[in-house]
Amino acid sequence: MPEKPVFFDEMRGPSGDETRDPYIDYCAWISTEDVNHLRRKSAQAEALFRLTGITFNVYGMEDQTERLIPFDIVPRIITAKEWAVLEKGIEQRVRAINSFLHDIYHRQEILRAGRMPVEMIAQNKAFLPQMIGVAPPGNIYTHIVGTDLVRTGENDFYVLEDNARTPSGVSYMLENRETMLHMFPELFSRNRVRAVSHYPRSLRRSLSASLPPVCDGAPTLAVLTPGIHNSAYFEHAFLADQMGVELVEGHDLRVVNGRVAMRTTQGYQPIDVLYRRVDDDFLDPLNFNPDSMLGVPGILDVYRAGGITIANAPGTGIADDKAIYSYMPEIVEFYTGEKAILKNVPTWRCSEADALAYVLDHLDELVVKEVHGSGGYGMLVGPATSKKELAAFRRKLEAKPANYIAQPTLSLSTVPVLTRAGLAPRHVDLRPFALASPQGVEIIPGGLTRVALKKGSLVVNSSQGGGTKDTWVLED
Amino acid sequence: MRLKIKHTTSYSYDAPVPYALQQLRLRPKSRSTQTVHSWQVEIRGGRRQVSFEDEHANSVDLISFDPGVREINVTCQGEVEVRDTAGVVGRHTGFVPLWLFQRTTPLTEAGPRLRALVAAFEKPEDSLAALHALSEHVLTHVRYDTEQKATDIGSEAVVEAGYGVCQDHAHVFIAAARALGYPARYVSGYLMLDDRTEQDASHAWAEAHVDGLGWVGFDISNGMSPDTRYVRVATGLDYLGTAPVSGMRFGKGREHMRVRLHVEQ
Amino acid sequence: MLGKTANGVFWLMRYMERSENAARMIDAGLRISMTRSSAAESEWTSILTAMGLLGTYLGRHEVVEGPRVINFLLRDTENPGSVLSSVETARTNARMVRTALTREVWEAVNECWMVLRDTLARPVASQDLPEVLKIVRQRSAYVRGATHGTMVRNDIYDFARIGTFFERADNAARVLDVKYYILLPSIMHVGTATDNVQWETILRATSAVRAYQTLHEGEYDPRKIARFLILDRRLPRSLAFCYGKIADNLSYLAEDYGQRMPSHDMVQRISDRFASTSIDQIFDYGLHEFVTEFLSDSQQLGRQIEIDYRFYE
Repeated sequence: MPEKPVFFDEMRGPSGDETRDPYIDYCAWISTEDVNHLRRKSAQAEALFRLTGITFNVYGMEDQTERLIPFDIVPRIITAKEWAVLEKGIEQRVRAINSFLHDIYHRQEILRAGRMPVEMIAQNKAFLPQMIGVAPPGNIYTHIVGTDLVRTGENDFYVLEDNARTPSGVSYMLENRETMLHMFPELFSRNRVRAVSHYPRSLRRSLSASLPPVCDGAPTLAVLTPGIHNSAYFEHAFLADQMGVELVEGHDLRVVNGRVAMRTTQGYQPIDVLYRRVDDDFLDPLNFNPDSMLGVPGILDVYRAGGITIANAPGTGIADDKAIYSYMPEIVEFYTGEKAILKNVPTWRCSEADALAYVLDHLDELVVKEVHGSGGYGMLVGPATSKKELAAFRRKLEAKPANYIAQPTLSLSTVPVLTRAGLAPRHVDLRPFALASPQGVEIIPGGLTRVALKKGSLVVNSSQGGGTKDTWVLED
Repeated sequence: MRLKIKHTTSYSYDAPVPYALQQLRLRPKSRSTQTVHSWQVEIRGGRRQVSFEDEHANSVDLISFDPGVREINVTCQGEVEVRDTAGVVGRHTGFVPLWLFQRTTPLTEAGPRLRALVAAFEKPEDSLAALHALSEHVLTHVRYDTEQKATDIGSEAVVEAGYGVCQDHAHVFIAAARALGYPARYVSGYLMLDDRTEQDASHAWAEAHVDGLGWVGFDISNGMSPDTRYVRVATGLDYLGTAPVSGMRFGKGREHMRVRLHVEQ
Repeated sequence: MLGKTANGVFWLMRYMERSENAARMIDAGLRISMTRSSAAESEWTSILTAMGLLGTYLGRHEVVEGPRVINFLLRDTENPGSVLSSVETARTNARMVRTALTREVWEAVNECWMVLRDTLARPVASQDLPEVLKIVRQRSAYVRGATHGTMVRNDIYDFARIGTFFERADNAARVLDVKYYILLPSIMHVGTATDNVQWETILRATSAVRAYQTLHEGEYDPRKIARFLILDRRLPRSLAFCYGKIADNLSYLAEDYGQRMPSHDMVQRISDRFASTSIDQIFDYGLHEFVTEFLSDSQQLGRQIEIDYRFYE
């Protein structure tokens, strides 16, 4: 008798002994495959990734600075019906976030209406005063959004985070699919899987549609990277290559004739739309961090004068802060007049007395996060923490409650991965990618599924032993 | 009063400059207190790249140096009519929320010394009276002394030194006003002096926001509110946000700056 | 195309070519030290000199001896001119200009690096050397093949070709510069075994032994050898051939961009000299002087290309 899973398994269902509809065909296929053969295929896939150079850099390591993110060959499958809901929900959030950003850098109606406390913005480092009064083309601030979702049951999806600054991972989504098509072409003739390969074209179209006022022809695009030592360099090069545009670094760019221009073999050529993968702080040493060697002095001035579109706009970070996140249901409602389609993870803002009391009472059940923290630093996972550590954390929390939010410990769904012993369930999340332009919002069916390869682990981050899967959205 | 102004800022370098950019906040605008009749900015050794309005509605020009120059001159001149409003600038306009003017900056930090200065201040009930008194209080603790030449010295260090110039007075006043709950901002501009027309620096003062009145100006160094001799050029959270010229430069070599200012009726 | 990219493609190809040249030099050194062990030290010294690495080597080793030199030239990562360093630098440049390369070229460079990193992870035993050197040459040939077979003939390709031939000519000229004296009449002892071996080293270092023998019926003659390496446009490693190619590719750029640059006049001057000079004139002028001038001209041309096409600023 197989042990009954505690978590919702997307292949085997809540009971663990059925096969959920979207996986029926895949299960039929895999049951006829030899595990050793599949493992060899898996090794081939890895060799292919290495050859292609789909690697990420790890900082501070002398040796082997380029690492692979492990790829698991079992796809994560989503039905057309499930996707329809996710798609609508993400689009709604992306629209709301852009409206919120426009509002927060203009009249701040949401604060005036008392729907969000002023301190949320006033004390937030991600709020950039230099962006006040700046309206980018079509009022699009965040052009590329990665929405992190988790699933806990048949119909239970939650948004964990809205990445509105510079979400990464889309190259893995594309390469995972390429690899699957290459290794298992037969699977794609048996299953009708929606394509993702048009992403670079969509990205290009979407960015081109956000052309700045100064541009009156076909816009010139470029991707700005911090350089080959950045952990996501592969992705930057990949996207530039796939879009057929130049990959530039700060030192390739200068302000020339009132435009941001790149140094070509034939002199300086102006750029209309810059897809930048350099953080706000490093973007412009003249206007932000003066020590930055990665940015372009004066680019913000040209931007404010309407001479270039920067995607995503500076200052979008104000929309993907953890404390702001807790207001997303209000934000969606305030700007769209509709209830949020996708649920937020219930969040207790410890700045509020009632919430704080609840959190202190249930500390051993909750996940407590620092408002401005990231990467799991300063985080408490109640169920996995000793009494002594809980007591220590309680003191920190009581001393600075406004610094924290708390959320229930989520039972992330699982999808099987291929292990030495055959298929075994592992926890997953999902990051679909949305493109926003003055012409609308487009969401690529699927996204990047990250999987915690360690048994029982809930951490899907690639830096902590996470891997990725191809994500299938089935046709209706 | 109609003021004629000519303001030249010259930078020279010991070595040719391969590349440099400067932001100029050197264009006064017609506002409630003044009407700009004419104003020209001329650049020698560089060229204007773009112009835009920053978040405080200051007119900003971004200029680049001509490659390899050793000297650059920025000259503005024009005529501005100034009205007497008893220092009242008026209602807050624009998108910058008032709370932003309560944010401290590195130059308007409220450290222990500034807090001590505020603690020693006996605050009158009425806001306007309180701000005038604060202006006097600052001047008492920080005497005017042109020996103070550094441009990047913050309020905390100024209070400690016990002396400073107009810029330092403005910073201390702004930090103190914010500590008392008033939105406050820095103003850079021109002041016509009664005893001479040639000056070697432009002027700076502060404005605080009073409910009902709006922004009110305080020239701490001169112990008064701005009158018809004051031309407002740029406002911001502190000196850095309003500096007439700020920039960055590639290449080595020392920089020498010289300002020639001529203000007359 | 970005100036930085032109620079990156140029150096990617220079370094690929350099790794291959280093392998040929090791091969040549190996041959001569096997046949004439007494001369091994001076041979390895001249090879290090030709590669411009003698100073670096002597800074780290006290004696010039085969196994150390081979290790230094093959896999010493602190030697920027070693095969491994060159390939690594080539790959770094390729990563930098990834968007300018086809997937095939990138993968050929990346695989070259992966294979050599593994192959050269440990010192190479002398019996394995020929095989390892073959791998180096082969991997370089894959990159060349992928470039030839998949790259669009545009400015990117032009810079790639210019890089290749620039490095190749530079290498050939350096070999001649170090070895010119054995080609001079004053110390010529025609037909002696010593000279035959010496001359063969030159040909081997430039990968021209077979070609020479086919075209000259195996007759070793210093003037013919010099003419072959400098002026013969049939030999893909001769100076004249390389400069013909550089001139061609620069002229494609001029056509493509609709603008002639100072580097075009420069390359024309160098190229014309090969066409209008006979080997006798070169010997009368002085072989050493001729080669020295060539190296200096070529260095100037390199700098001019950098300026004309905005490699750095």
